[in-house]
Amino acid sequence: MTVRKGYIRPVDFKNGRVDMTHGSGGRAMAQLIEELFLAAFDNDWLRAANDQACFAVQSGRMVMATDSHVVSPLFFPGGDIGCLSVHGTVNDVAMSGARPLYLSASFILEEGFPLADLKRIVESMAHAAREAGVAIVTGDTKVVEQGKGDGVFITTTGVGVVPAGVNISGDRARPGDVILVSGTLGDHGVAIMSSRESLGFETSIRSDTAALHDLVARMVEAVPDIHALRDPTRGGLATTLNEIARQSGVGMMLREEAIPVRQEVEAACEFLGLDPLYVANEGKLICICAKEHAEPLLAVMRAHPLGAEAAIIGSVHEDPHHFVQMETGFGGKRIVDWLTGEQLPRIC
Amino acid sequence: MKYINEFRDGKTARVLAGAIAAETRADRRYHIMEFCGGHTHAISRYGLSDLLPDNIRLIHGPGCPVCVLPIGRIDNAIDLALNRGVILATYGDCLRVPASGGLSLLKAKARGADVRMVYSSADALKLAQDNPERQVVFFAIGFETTTPPTAVAIVQAEKLGLANFTVFCNHVLTPAAIANILESPEVRLHGTVPLDAFIGPAHVSTVIGSQPYEHFAEEYEKPVVIAGFEPLDVMQAILMLVRQLNEGRAEVENEFSRAVTREGNVKAQNLVAEVFELRKSFEWRGLNEVPYSALRIKAKYSAYDAERRYGIAYKSVADNKACECGAILRGLKRPQDCKLFGTVCTPENPMGSCMVSSEGACAAHYTYGRYRDAVAG
Repeated sequence: MTVRKGYIRPVDFKNGRVDMTHGSGGRAMAQLIEELFLAAFDNDWLRAANDQACFAVQSGRMVMATDSHVVSPLFFPGGDIGCLSVHGTVNDVAMSGARPLYLSASFILEEGFPLADLKRIVESMAHAAREAGVAIVTGDTKVVEQGKGDGVFITTTGVGVVPAGVNISGDRARPGDVILVSGTLGDHGVAIMSSRESLGFETSIRSDTAALHDLVARMVEAVPDIHALRDPTRGGLATTLNEIARQSGVGMMLREEAIPVRQEVEAACEFLGLDPLYVANEGKLICICAKEHAEPLLAVMRAHPLGAEAAIIGSVHEDPHHFVQMETGFGGKRIVDWLTGEQLPRIC
Repeated sequence: MKYINEFRDGKTARVLAGAIAAETRADRRYHIMEFCGGHTHAISRYGLSDLLPDNIRLIHGPGCPVCVLPIGRIDNAIDLALNRGVILATYGDCLRVPASGGLSLLKAKARGADVRMVYSSADALKLAQDNPERQVVFFAIGFETTTPPTAVAIVQAEKLGLANFTVFCNHVLTPAAIANILESPEVRLHGTVPLDAFIGPAHVSTVIGSQPYEHFAEEYEKPVVIAGFEPLDVMQAILMLVRQLNEGRAEVENEFSRAVTREGNVKAQNLVAEVFELRKSFEWRGLNEVPYSALRIKAKYSAYDAERRYGIAYKSVADNKACECGAILRGLKRPQDCKLFGTVCTPENPMGSCMVSSEGACAAHYTYGRYRDAVAG
């Protein structure tokens, strides 16, 4: 008697959809993991097929960061939730000056979600991770009933190693320090809004989503004593600077004319009634350093493709109220406050 | 941005500031009310007060559509969304306005109400077309600027034969509010609110024209300069008002001539007249009942009137006792004069409506200008 060769029908990535069995822990789930996640992320840790990844610990300090991604729409000009979920966590790790090493990825999928879209997202993640030189070493998949999710939610966690002698922290901004930004602000948020169905305006603006750890590595190499780094994601530059001002117990003064904003972004914000200083970025960083380090850092940033439009935008000073203020291009002064609620368009 | 940055140029601003400083007389003060929230926002955002001499005081007027909406009307909208099973389409600014019982439209949404933020009346109409099995109510608010688009939506709904679209009309009128302020005892009798001149609305005037303000210039001898919403527009208007006051003139002048004519947009006016009629009276937050100050939908279009379809009964609700929104909207007090300002009332947890919209006097001062109080105090 001949033994029939085992055959499992491959997952239908063309027309198939996520169903409850893909999260049930049975064969369907194992198959999805093998044909999709393992194939895309492929590395020794995942191939070991354990519930955890085991890796050697280096000496020194490690950092860990986690980020959940719930963007709508899932695909937008310049990126998608997949690469965003890699860049977001890589950047959070990198803002300590660390070199990111490993990521975990956790998926919450909504029943009925097209497998073709899931494949696109996972491949985009794999591409972003490879490009960033980090391995996705462990993960999880759950499926929720239709109507209980928004297609895909992705949570990623990252770990990295901080080089010796580097101590970057949001509480280290000091009076006299200088504030730099690595490029134009608001690109990501405006790209997302332009692709939302309810707005649907045409624009050439693309999300700036990018992994910043290589830029950070060059900066730290040039100036190990950077005081603070942060990526101005939700809430934009304004909210991020307010966080740092509060953490460090200082005030800040920005120069509106020095803050780089693309013309298209400025125009889109103008007609939507938004302020680009509050719009999200996914591939920019804010750097606060001692005055004498500002010019060398600016040169390093501008020499890097992700910092070509870097600029010095302001300075840190003493202020018991921890206000972030700005000299307007108009010649007046105003507060640049925390974001309140969500940015909402004005009526008139 | 071409055609915009020209109106935000710092150098020109300094030239204008120099001219204003040179022409103001040291022996008098200038009390200028900017009626519109759009102007309030520009003044705060660009730090205009820093460029003006101390004897010019800008008084923030009631021209913020969200701020003047009385609590009772928000309660009505919440009731529609929460208890009548409709999709309530609203402008984003209205979402956080505090209403009775600690509710707002945003909080009602969290309790299961179907509240959708729209950018225009056309979006609301589209919601109705896309959800034929649901009733859609458009929460229409605003001055003369947003009224014509609401009229268009109603006319289109009729053309399309939409049976699931109605409008909860809360449109109000600018000239009625200005007249109310000028007639108020504080201004007319006691002089507790010194009011010398007005910066006239920008977008509202593109619709109604400059002609309706002539009455105020003649009858009340208050100069009016209609100004655009860009900071240089406001500076230029202030200079023009200073000149009028110095020369003892009271005229309507038009700084915003690139968009405003004396007659305004006649087509829009006709459309509004086709769909809406005057209400005998309407409650404004801060100004109380103001006669002939708002619009309602004509009987001819009653099929699209949410007030008729849902039998909406209006009930006036008093503001929090300590809230000074009313006095602030009438120019009696400044935001920092309110005990609640910056303490229990902040943009995160607004007690009064002036703290909600970025056009509101309190929110504008809190967000952009409160460093001045810190220095002073």
